[in-house]
Amino acid sequence: MLTGNLLWVLIGAILLGIAAGLNGTFAFLQKQSLVGDAAAHAALPGIAIAYLVTQQKDLPILMLGAAITSALAVYMIQWIVGNSKLKADAAIGFVLSVFFGIGIVLLTIVNQSGTGNQSGLNDFIFGKAATMAKSDLVWLSSSALLIILMCLLFFKEWKLMIFDPIFAKGIGLPVERLRILLTALTVLTIVTGIQAVGVILMAAMLIIPAAAARFWSNHLGVILVTSAFFGALSGALGTIISSVRTGLSTGPIIVLCAASLFVISYFFAPTRGFIAKSLKKKAFKQRNVVKEAANHE
Amino acid sequence: MNEFWVLLTGSLVGITCGLTGVFLILRKTAMIADAISHTVLFGIVVAFMVTQSLSGFWMLVGAAIAGLLTTFLVQLLQSGGLQEDAAIGVVFTSLFALGVLFITLFAGNVHLDVEHVLMGEIAFVPWDTWDILGFSMPKAVWMLLIVLVFNLLFLVFFYKEMKLTTFDPVFALSIGLPIVAMHYSYMTLVSLTTVAAFDSVGAVLVVAMLIGPAATAYLMSKSVIGMIVWSMAFGVMAAITGYYLAKLWNTSIAGMMAAMIGVLFMLVFLFKPHDGWIWKVFKRMKIKDTEPNIL
Repeated sequence: MLTGNLLWVLIGAILLGIAAGLNGTFAFLQKQSLVGDAAAHAALPGIAIAYLVTQQKDLPILMLGAAITSALAVYMIQWIVGNSKLKADAAIGFVLSVFFGIGIVLLTIVNQSGTGNQSGLNDFIFGKAATMAKSDLVWLSSSALLIILMCLLFFKEWKLMIFDPIFAKGIGLPVERLRILLTALTVLTIVTGIQAVGVILMAAMLIIPAAAARFWSNHLGVILVTSAFFGALSGALGTIISSVRTGLSTGPIIVLCAASLFVISYFFAPTRGFIAKSLKKKAFKQRNVVKEAANHE
Repeated sequence: MNEFWVLLTGSLVGITCGLTGVFLILRKTAMIADAISHTVLFGIVVAFMVTQSLSGFWMLVGAAIAGLLTTFLVQLLQSGGLQEDAAIGVVFTSLFALGVLFITLFAGNVHLDVEHVLMGEIAFVPWDTWDILGFSMPKAVWMLLIVLVFNLLFLVFFYKEMKLTTFDPVFALSIGLPIVAMHYSYMTLVSLTTVAAFDSVGAVLVVAMLIGPAATAYLMSKSVIGMIVWSMAFGVMAAITGYYLAKLWNTSIAGMMAAMIGVLFMLVFLFKPHDGWIWKVFKRMKIKDTEPNIL
């Protein structure tokens, strides 16, 4: 059943899931999850521009275009928040929807330009991992490997930067540059995943595994491993399901697999999960009732 | 005549969203509106699966329920210990993915495809008409008008309460205002606005129209009333200029309107006297020039 191409797709999806799980955890802890959403939506105009300029649909070129507009969107959010009284949520929503609108405008132009219909740019909206070409998958996998490597390399520095930025500065870490590096890596993660998962749901790959993993532990190392595992599992499951049943886009299936893992974590995780918490609350109440009764006597 | 209906629909979207969006910006809930605009798809699909019809009424009901569900789930996850941005991100991507899956599985052969939901098709608005009370107007115009009346009534009756719960929720709670009920009814209005607008302009432009004009108005005005007026004006301006530019370049009307919202915002952000970015840069340069004299 595992034909050559499907095996490649599976490897790509797993690597992408691990990369997004690791990187997403850092973004999550910096409370930057929705910035990732904006960056993912903003990839669309970049893809269209890259195609319009070069008339080619080689993945590296489209990825480069996507990276430029995504990074521009992130920068614009920071610029607007820094230079006006608008809050982050308004800036994110504004940048996200305007960039996506421009993306739709450009995509319409591409689709009308004759050859555009065959360019398959529409697939970038929801993703088509199961039909990716092998050369594209090589790109995806190497990019994902690079992200994983960087996350492991900068683990200690980022940990310090997130939990105690003042101390980090004090011992001479270039905090600003580390933060920019993390943002750049987030953009790279998004760009890596857009062809497989699509621009709208790529953000979910960053957010959901990290949010689910947070329920399982208070240690960054454990959260990272769990998040990477969840990402890989949902990537693999989603790819298999969407390749067995043709006609389904990969993106939504991967996201739903991740969402199921999240629901399981939300309810059943030890100590931080919903059931564990309710039980603890109940026990606490009972103890207090007993104590109060004892006091009355 | 068709052009008139398209322009009217666009302007009505601008007015309705502009009006609703003001309190989104003030209450710092812009991203919940973004989430709702995505999950409305889920509500519409479920409404279609249950009733097997695409009537406007059931779509509104489905959207309202989806909006409330989104708001409720975000609140639930937050009380479960998840930070707000992640809670929003988890809820809307999951429900949106579910909506997309349902469409491809169960509703693939009807007039309800994902691209239509995302981008809308405002150019087809004039052909889908409703006759109510002897008037024949496009369905989209009717739905937008009804939702606009809802929004206006809500604001007329609860303007004071909305202001108080927005700017001083603690005080509002202490004098006995039902702030939770206010929040949920406002979010219901946002969902109704979204579904009325998305049929013609698509889910993404709804977000642009809800957030963009109100954010621009936030830079322009210091009073809530002033903000509402500016916001509606910006919405209409973006709709009309966007329509003609789209016609000129023969491209997506909804996308062009969203792009024009971006242009209007940047104009105000850069060039507004006293507060604009360029003005500030000049001021900073002036201060630098005069600095040696002070010393």
